[in-house]
Amino acid sequence: MKEWRFWLAEQRGTLMAVAIFVVMFAVYVLNHPAIQSNGFSVTALSNISQTAANKGVLLAFVAMAQTLVVLTAGIDLSVGMTFTLTNCLASWIVVGDPLQTALGVVGVLGVGLLCGAINGAIVIFGRLQPIVTTIATGAIYFGVALLLRPFPGGSVNNDLADLLTGKVFDLFPASLIVLAVVVLLVWVPFSRSVSGRAAYAVGSSEIAAYMSGVPVRRAKFLAYTLSGLLASIGGLFLTFFTYTGEAALASGNTYTLFSIAAVVLGGVSLFGGRGSAIGAIFGAFAFRTIGDLLFVFNLDPLWQPLFQGVVLMIAVSLGAFGLFRVRNRLEWFG
Amino acid sequence: MTETAHQDSDGGGGRLPPFLKRLDPAVLTAFACIVLLLLVGSLYSRNFLSVEYLLQQLKVASFLGVIATGMMLVVLIGQIDLSVPWVVTTGAMMASFASSFGPAGIVLGIPFGIFCGVLLGLLNGFGVAYLRIPSMIITLATNAVAQGLMVVYSGGFSPKDTASAPMRYLATGFLVPGLPNAVIMWIVIGVLAVFLLTRTTFGRAVYGIGNRERAAYLSGINTRRIVMTTFAISGALAATGGILLAGYASKAAQSMGDAYLLPSIAAVVLGGTSILGGRGTYLGTVAGVILITLLQSILSVMQMPEAGRQIIYGLVIVGMMLLYGRERLVR
Amino acid sequence: MDEAAPLFRMAGVSKRYGGVRALDAANLTITAGRIHAILGENGAGKSTLIKVMAGVVKPDGGRMELEGREVSFASPAAANQAGIVCIFQELSLVPELSVADNIVISDPPTRFGMIDRRKQQAIALDALKRAGAEDIHPKALVKDLPLSRRQMVEIAKALARKPRILILDEATSALTAADVTRVFQVLKRLRAEGLALLYISHRMHEIAELADECTVFRNGKNVATYKAGTKSDNEVVELMIGREYSHVFPPKLATVGEGKAPVLEVRHLSWTDRLNDISLKVRPGEVVGLGGLDGQGQRELLLALFGVLRGCSGELRIDDKPVSVSSPSVAKSPQIGMALIPEDRKTEGLMLPMTVRDNLSFASLDRISRRTIIDTAEETRLIDEMIKLLAIRTAGTAIPVGALSGGNQQKVVIAKWLMNKPRIILLNDPTRGIDVGTKQEIYQLLRKLADAGAAIIFYSTDYDELIGCCDRVIVLYDGAVRRELVGAEITERALIASALNIQSGEAGRVLVGGP
Repeated sequence: MKEWRFWLAEQRGTLMAVAIFVVMFAVYVLNHPAIQSNGFSVTALSNISQTAANKGVLLAFVAMAQTLVVLTAGIDLSVGMTFTLTNCLASWIVVGDPLQTALGVVGVLGVGLLCGAINGAIVIFGRLQPIVTTIATGAIYFGVALLLRPFPGGSVNNDLADLLTGKVFDLFPASLIVLAVVVLLVWVPFSRSVSGRAAYAVGSSEIAAYMSGVPVRRAKFLAYTLSGLLASIGGLFLTFFTYTGEAALASGNTYTLFSIAAVVLGGVSLFGGRGSAIGAIFGAFAFRTIGDLLFVFNLDPLWQPLFQGVVLMIAVSLGAFGLFRVRNRLEWFG
Repeated sequence: MTETAHQDSDGGGGRLPPFLKRLDPAVLTAFACIVLLLLVGSLYSRNFLSVEYLLQQLKVASFLGVIATGMMLVVLIGQIDLSVPWVVTTGAMMASFASSFGPAGIVLGIPFGIFCGVLLGLLNGFGVAYLRIPSMIITLATNAVAQGLMVVYSGGFSPKDTASAPMRYLATGFLVPGLPNAVIMWIVIGVLAVFLLTRTTFGRAVYGIGNRERAAYLSGINTRRIVMTTFAISGALAATGGILLAGYASKAAQSMGDAYLLPSIAAVVLGGTSILGGRGTYLGTVAGVILITLLQSILSVMQMPEAGRQIIYGLVIVGMMLLYGRERLVR
Repeated sequence: MDEAAPLFRMAGVSKRYGGVRALDAANLTITAGRIHAILGENGAGKSTLIKVMAGVVKPDGGRMELEGREVSFASPAAANQAGIVCIFQELSLVPELSVADNIVISDPPTRFGMIDRRKQQAIALDALKRAGAEDIHPKALVKDLPLSRRQMVEIAKALARKPRILILDEATSALTAADVTRVFQVLKRLRAEGLALLYISHRMHEIAELADECTVFRNGKNVATYKAGTKSDNEVVELMIGREYSHVFPPKLATVGEGKAPVLEVRHLSWTDRLNDISLKVRPGEVVGLGGLDGQGQRELLLALFGVLRGCSGELRIDDKPVSVSSPSVAKSPQIGMALIPEDRKTEGLMLPMTVRDNLSFASLDRISRRTIIDTAEETRLIDEMIKLLAIRTAGTAIPVGALSGGNQQKVVIAKWLMNKPRIILLNDPTRGIDVGTKQEIYQLLRKLADAGAAIIFYSTDYDELIGCCDRVIVLYDGAVRRELVGAEITERALIASALNIQSGEAGRVLVGGP
């Protein structure tokens, strides 16, 4: 009987994030004007979910990307810029007939992998701190994005875009299906692989990992590279939603900072070694739902940023309640 | 944050004169790069090395310099302050707002703006010191709250965002003929910072906490109070930077602080301060600030498009950090 | 020596760290089916020796042979593959992972590229059983386990890698007596199975029980190799320190602190389940020792007195006035005047990258400053005084304290506190990992401080120290005062008996395998 208790302790952060999101989304749905006026129906729920999913999925991908790096006790301040860069690139090459489009998608994902790999290489072989590295590479990636799209423009294969942002069986948001597929194809294999386990070990205690013969370098490199890949999927989806590419500095920075918030809300420890990308996804969705709640309760949009900020502040302070149980003050310090 | 073996590099001080040997090699490299940049700049424009132009550069650098001073203190205790963008804006907006209330307002406007910065800094400090929340996330949250407050303020009430006369004087006036006031502000703040760090118990405690907070606590230092104070100072300095910026532009604008977050971190790090805390000198931060300002100036003199500027900016940071910011291998 | 072919040989291996020669053309021969003990002071090269063997550190020169073939290890993983496994003193466990994850971490069982959790659980259970640690659940997170359990996991992890040479570096330091007995049984069984074991320890009685042959290291060199039991303890210590070994402890005063009012009094101190209704008094001039097995609350008691623990019930009186110590900064204030020499000097006592000077003055910043501005002249005066008083060997005050030897680092920690002129000095196992010479200096210093009127509480895991230094010893068991031994009552037998919570007569029959 103790087995599930251990599993519970390990997954606590993720489960909290799921719970928070479920509660928030339920409140949102129940108070949504469509439900309020027409009553509850599967169609209405499906429509609401699609809109919410489409808005949240972008942050979810970027949050997943951030999770991989944070697990190794690093931080990626360039993840929003990779997102922007791949968006701009996609608006150029994800066009034309199916073959060209497919190649375009591969190209975009490849660039994402490359961005992540560059970050990883500098951190591992250059032995620079991740925060400094990614500030610099973020600027570089943004510069390249600007080269690609000095002004917003471009286009994307409309059929593919509509397919992936629409509904499947007229019920499920396609974007969520894609998200689930990505989780199954990227996160699950990684987290259960030797390299994934190594990434957790490195984040928890790099010295212990090294002394135990864990492949430290491979784990970090894979984490950073896959992070780039995930960010590029996000960029691709942005192109599917907006049909354009735009090198917007503010937007890129916002996604980076919001991804950190989503990751923390999702129960991933910024110190490394603990948490799951699934938690981060729910953290991202929860974060996005905050704005929706405002809309639903008819609050002046003027108050949205403040509300979002206060909710974030409360959410991150919740962890402090654990402090009451601390009896030995030395536990405050790592 | 990662804690790979963190030791000072040996430095190449073999053949340097004694006083230079005691300087951090990072600081030396930074100043060498400044000289290099000046030379490159002079190739593009003969005015580049003129006194007026250099003083103009110093003036622009002062804004970043004031903000980077606060960031340096926070980095020294092993933390980070991501609330800079909106604390800067809050300081500017609140100072302008308060200044609009008649003669008393003009006098109290600037202190009020700084006071708002202190409050936001205390919020950060409380979260980090007493609630043990990682600084990266609590300062992000404070940033969001500050943004929220300013959005409400500027959307709801008719915002009074014109900079007051004292603000403009501080940023653009000339108390000493030839020397811009903003530079004097930076010098004063810098001298105070150096004094604080090198000659007071507070400064010792800051380095101690950045090195090993556990040991500092067990040595009887009131670590929580020091951490809170440090964040409060950072908030005050960020707000001061905002006030200067508003004085320079004659008004406070919504995104005025965004462009100062990453450069302030970069300036601190390029100046040899370790991002993990416990190590760094103010001279290095000065060098880092000037370096970044000069780089941005040269790129604009070269009429480099924004894309190229960003790329070069990023490459320079990586390049310089690879020179002297690397961690030692643990073998 | 037997004619058995050596399994592993090290010849002429050297390693420098900056200006310090950690290993100086060191030699070592290890044979299968034997337990080989390595002795030596700290800084003699034992740690470096093991790190070279285990692939953690690359030697500058020399040659290593495994079964006659030359080998060199680029990383711990490489050494593991060659069959050399090391159980380090600083544990190599990853805190956020489970026990099972940690046990198989170097080579997890996989299926289709992903980790096979069921097989991993089986391997872990088997390893824990072989290590005699069946009470540990494989799914528990390492960070939730106490230190002694973690060390058992460390041992299980080493065994799971099927080593041919097993190295134990002070591996029993954190274990309870029962654990030590079990581990010794495991080690003896491994020896019988043909493993070669390398055992590093400071504890002579452990070596006497386990070792087949011994090697003494001094200054990075192998100075003697001999069959176990052929040298007396004194001879061995002389080999370790390279000079004649005289009586270690300074003489105690016959009557200590009598008639004087206690400066520190504790009444009914309790804290969670680790401290149970402790009451004690310390008078000025007394050195009071804390005895008992590891982990019975001694460290917690010191932390509680110093204000680090929250939620303590009971009363603390200084100079017969009730006080509340809520933090170390309150504890060190002139009204209370406490000092704590902490358990781990590297992470709790010093800031290693900072200078000797900065570290020395760190606890007395208020004394050397006026309104927070530091008076450097006064600082220098006090620092020089301390360096002289404790005979700290350092190449100047501006070098990082991390460059000093372990013994000198500990002296810096002590000096740091003495600069604040404390009346009550708490010491948490201060001589752990310190060379014999410095230990003696510390003993002399403690006696001197006590004679000058300080009240000293001294926790040590070394019986000899408790017997030699203390006027009284309070033995703790399960967080409560089991017994108080005064003066001549302090004997090894009495200490063991009260530590194990049994009557004195039975003590003689107990295996002398405890700390």
